[in-house]
Amino acid sequence: MEIGLITLAIILATLLGWLLKQSFNTQPWIADEVSATAHHGPLGDESNTRLIALMTLLAVVTSFFALILSAYALRMELGDWVPMTEPQMLWTNTAMLILASVAFQWTRNAAVKGQASRLKPGLIATGLLTTAFVVGQFVAWQELRANGEFMTVNPSNAFFFFLTGAHAVHILGGMYVWARATTSVLLGKAEGSAIRRSIELCTIYWHFLLVVWLILFGLLLST
Amino acid sequence: MSYVAIADRDHEQEHHDPQTFITKYIWSQDHKVIAIQYGITAVFVGLIALGLSAMMRLQLGFPDQFSFINPENYYQFVTMHGMIMVIYLLTALFLGGFGNYLIPLMCGSRDMVFPFLNMLSYWVYLLSVIILLISFFVPGGSTGAGWTLYPPQAIMQGTPGIEWGILLMLASLGVFIVAFTMGGLNYVTTVLQARCKGMTLMRMPLSVWGIFIATILGLLAFPALLVSAIMMIFDKTLMTSFFMPAISSMGTDPGYTGGSPILFQHLFWFFGHPEVYIVALPAFGIVSDLLSTHARKNIFGYRMMVWAIIAIGGLSFIVWAHHMYVSGMNPYFGFFFATTTLIIAVPTALKVYNWVLTLWEGNIHLRVPMLFSIGFVFTFIHGGLTGLFLGNVTIDLPLSDTYFVVAHFHMVMGVSPVLVVFGAIYHWWPKISGRMYNETLGKWHFWMTFLGTYSIYLPMHYLGFQGVPRRYFSMGNTEFMPASAQDLNAWITMSALFVAATQLLFFANIIWSLTRGPKSDPNPWDATTLEWQTPDHPPKHGNWGHELPECHRWAYDYSVPGYEDDFIPQNVPADKAPAGRDHGGEH
Repeated sequence: MEIGLITLAIILATLLGWLLKQSFNTQPWIADEVSATAHHGPLGDESNTRLIALMTLLAVVTSFFALILSAYALRMELGDWVPMTEPQMLWTNTAMLILASVAFQWTRNAAVKGQASRLKPGLIATGLLTTAFVVGQFVAWQELRANGEFMTVNPSNAFFFFLTGAHAVHILGGMYVWARATTSVLLGKAEGSAIRRSIELCTIYWHFLLVVWLILFGLLLST
Repeated sequence: MSYVAIADRDHEQEHHDPQTFITKYIWSQDHKVIAIQYGITAVFVGLIALGLSAMMRLQLGFPDQFSFINPENYYQFVTMHGMIMVIYLLTALFLGGFGNYLIPLMCGSRDMVFPFLNMLSYWVYLLSVIILLISFFVPGGSTGAGWTLYPPQAIMQGTPGIEWGILLMLASLGVFIVAFTMGGLNYVTTVLQARCKGMTLMRMPLSVWGIFIATILGLLAFPALLVSAIMMIFDKTLMTSFFMPAISSMGTDPGYTGGSPILFQHLFWFFGHPEVYIVALPAFGIVSDLLSTHARKNIFGYRMMVWAIIAIGGLSFIVWAHHMYVSGMNPYFGFFFATTTLIIAVPTALKVYNWVLTLWEGNIHLRVPMLFSIGFVFTFIHGGLTGLFLGNVTIDLPLSDTYFVVAHFHMVMGVSPVLVVFGAIYHWWPKISGRMYNETLGKWHFWMTFLGTYSIYLPMHYLGFQGVPRRYFSMGNTEFMPASAQDLNAWITMSALFVAATQLLFFANIIWSLTRGPKSDPNPWDATTLEWQTPDHPPKHGNWGHELPECHRWAYDYSVPGYEDDFIPQNVPADKAPAGRDHGGEH
């Protein structure tokens, strides 16, 4: 459970640092005026509300994956664990996901700079690359199944399917938000600031899932 | 973002107000309506769970007298009673119910920051409840694995409900966690981003602090339950061996290899122990506000109370294995977890001292919410002290799996939070409904519940010392148990039925209040917190009319020296308080 604990400790320490700053040396019983920003959250005023919500969600997802990895580490120590050979396909998929992140970052930069003409190609490229990743994962699954390497063969296989499946579900959740943003850009309904915000948040989510994938992939390769 | 959007659109707001019955009461995005929806649903399933416990008690008090109770459904009653009470009643009621109602009102915001997500949260919660209730009616019935759902027995031949019950239970938990996450994101973001001007973190009422930290615990701990539920579904349906060891069942080999049931226990209690505090922290917060308001005195040691809540929240993540002392673990681990368990008693005890010190020299009004709050302090001290017994490995080993454990956790996280729930409902009922309840009926409800629950759980401690095991359908002829143990069990059953019946007083009071109750004053308790200062009573959609409130002080300006009234609401500026103000008041 160390992995879960360390992750939690990091998340809680981040929050704690901010809480300390807010509450240290205050005298709440005194009815003085307080600064105009005292009711703001850790990232500032209400324009960051969605960002705070996203960060909270990422903390939840981090906890989710950290706990699976904790279980992975505990289960690995038992005698019947046989390391599995990961399909080569995963390397291609990883490249796709990295490119998707790069494309999203490029789109985001364009959105921030107000280069509206780049949004369409950027979003579509991101979507295609991400779809390629998900389809690639599915192909890798089929390959394993065809080779008789399904979940019941060994706990390492079971964890492989569980981890990649859970990751893919989170990608698909992101694709839903991406699809909404892309539709409004394609239909020309997008308001500049709203779409920029949406793209910025999506980009963070994409980078996050890329980091999660790299950790998972590294772990799968090394065990 | 959303709350400002609503706030800025003052003129349009009326236009956006829900118009029809359906948008106002069914598909409502108003946090107050969602809170009531959560509350009614949670109380409804809670009543089912109460009924199940009555069935259990009938068997234990009067063994084999009732043909409709057999060993299989006895275990189903035990399981469903526990799971419903902990998750679907208490968690949903404290966070979905009180969290939804109180956070925006107490923080001075118009609504949750994501109202649509908030509405979705309730409907997904309702879906999880429906899935859970369906499991009563599928072939084989609901699961009888115990609320901890330990493998391997949870999915092996011999346990009731292994056909569909266990799958529906796991699915329902998964859906519940999704619902909770949607709600939880709202509660955390609203507290962080949507507080009104002047409402610093350290001016928030302790109710909000308790709910806020409990939500963070829930968001980080529920994934552990989700992970274990998914893995158990795989073990059950796809025959993986995450948790299932190589095992033979009734002479056949089901095909599992080398999994670890202990792994499940770790994951389950990694969620399960914070869950105790997910229920307890909101109760701590609410009871602090109730005691302070009805004792007309500021809460003793506000900052200490806040930091105790945070410390308990953090520590609750490193005590989980004290639920597993008898599962076989390295003695050094046992020592570690016993130590952390005793350490968590320190901030908890601080809170108890501060509640008592808040009452000391207060102007105590023994109204119904106050009675329930003081009752909570009793039952919580009681349940907390037995926790010290069980937190020590050497004392836990002989007491494990006896009725002492049942008595302990019912006192500390059954009776105590439920007393706070009742206290809180009586306290905020005038704000929710605009009407008063019957004080006499409420007092009867308190005394019969309070004394009745003691009559149930005090004798249980004694049964535990005698070694009477929990979870048994029937005790048989066991030599170490004196015959009087059965008499005691019969007494406990009668008390339990009495307490269950007593709850009718509460519902009678609610119905009386809704139909005949006198209209209440907008601030019947002379309370300081913002929810009592709304322009409309009960508050309407958007809460604050045209202007958001401004907060000028903390929530505990009761009996401030030099002032005419014995309370100063949070939205009263320093220079506009009823009389002259001496700054830096050490009151």
